[in-house]
Amino acid sequence: MTNTSKTSTSNAVENTHVRAINAFCGPVESSIYRDQQRVIVPVEKCFDALSMLKDRGFDLFIDVTCVDYLEYRKAKHRYGLVYLLASTINAERLTVRTFVDDPQPTVASVVPLWEAANWLEREVWDLFGIHFTGHPDLRRLVMPEEFTAHPLRKDYPLQGRGERHNFPVITRDHS
Amino acid sequence: MAVIHSESPSLELPENVVVSRLDELASWCRKNSLWPMPFATACCGIELMATGAAKHDLSRFGAEVFRFSPRQCDLMIVAGRVVMKMLPVLQRIWQQMHEPKWCISMGACASTGGVFDTYAVVQGIDRFIPVDMYVPGCPPRPEQLIQAIIDLQDKIQAEGTITGREFNTRQRQDKKRALVECPETLTLDASRNPNLQRELSNSAINVN
Repeated sequence: MTNTSKTSTSNAVENTHVRAINAFCGPVESSIYRDQQRVIVPVEKCFDALSMLKDRGFDLFIDVTCVDYLEYRKAKHRYGLVYLLASTINAERLTVRTFVDDPQPTVASVVPLWEAANWLEREVWDLFGIHFTGHPDLRRLVMPEEFTAHPLRKDYPLQGRGERHNFPVITRDHS
Repeated sequence: MAVIHSESPSLELPENVVVSRLDELASWCRKNSLWPMPFATACCGIELMATGAAKHDLSRFGAEVFRFSPRQCDLMIVAGRVVMKMLPVLQRIWQQMHEPKWCISMGACASTGGVFDTYAVVQGIDRFIPVDMYVPGCPPRPEQLIQAIIDLQDKIQAEGTITGREFNTRQRQDKKRALVECPETLTLDASRNPNLQRELSNSAINVN
């Protein structure tokens, strides 16, 4: 368990949550970067750790997003999921990270815990292709429904694969 | 018995009588009462609103009424980037407008995709919609948009017809069908065409 802290003042408050997670799912990595506490949990214990954090007062779900480490030299896994939690009761923030891999990256959905995760997880599915089991309505959010690829992956070209021009042309004849 | 009166060549008209062609009259009416359909998706839409506002007044040119229903408009101003999810909507709105209708592509994003050369942004709406006037700029100043509308007015006056014949491009390019169908057999008369004689003799040699 590495605990590289850059500040020494507010360690005690954050570390209680980290200690709880440690007690719950074994030793986890944690670090503080610019006053932000982050914890890395394994993916199979992710849902339980998040529900435990919700019971400990993290009632505001800020964001879930994803990072594609395909071209990162020191990467051990391809996708890194980032959960941003906040507590309106205690005025704290916490970042929970998990890692998932190809093929078929899957993680448990946190929609039963926080309703706000509904569209956020749909966006991650749409743009990265990470499947959330238990999500009530997992479909595309920002791309059109007939879009087939996951565009924010690193192996998808920026200009796309021709989907943006695959539409019928209306000329003056039949308009 | 007809009596032919030889009148003077220049007809004296009172001052309140204008003689013109019907096409030009209809074009004059249409160009001075363009009702824009603001298809504003992004930042150019703000400049479009500014053009219609008090300082750069678009209603000076007859384009005062920004109707948001395509059934009541004849000029579609596409202001802003159009993503691939929005393009079928754009095409449907264009098809719902009545003829005669014109389209102004306002801004860099509507004309060519602008700075957004990405997987989701259509690189120019003129790939899918017939566009009459392009306004460069990011965003174009209201004066540029007004200049575009003035140029479109000149285009309408120059090319407009009362029946909208200038829009029937394919009908104008197809050959008109004859009332009597030509017979199927085609006879080549080579009596006065030495090249054709040579060709026919060559083909006769090849066939034989």
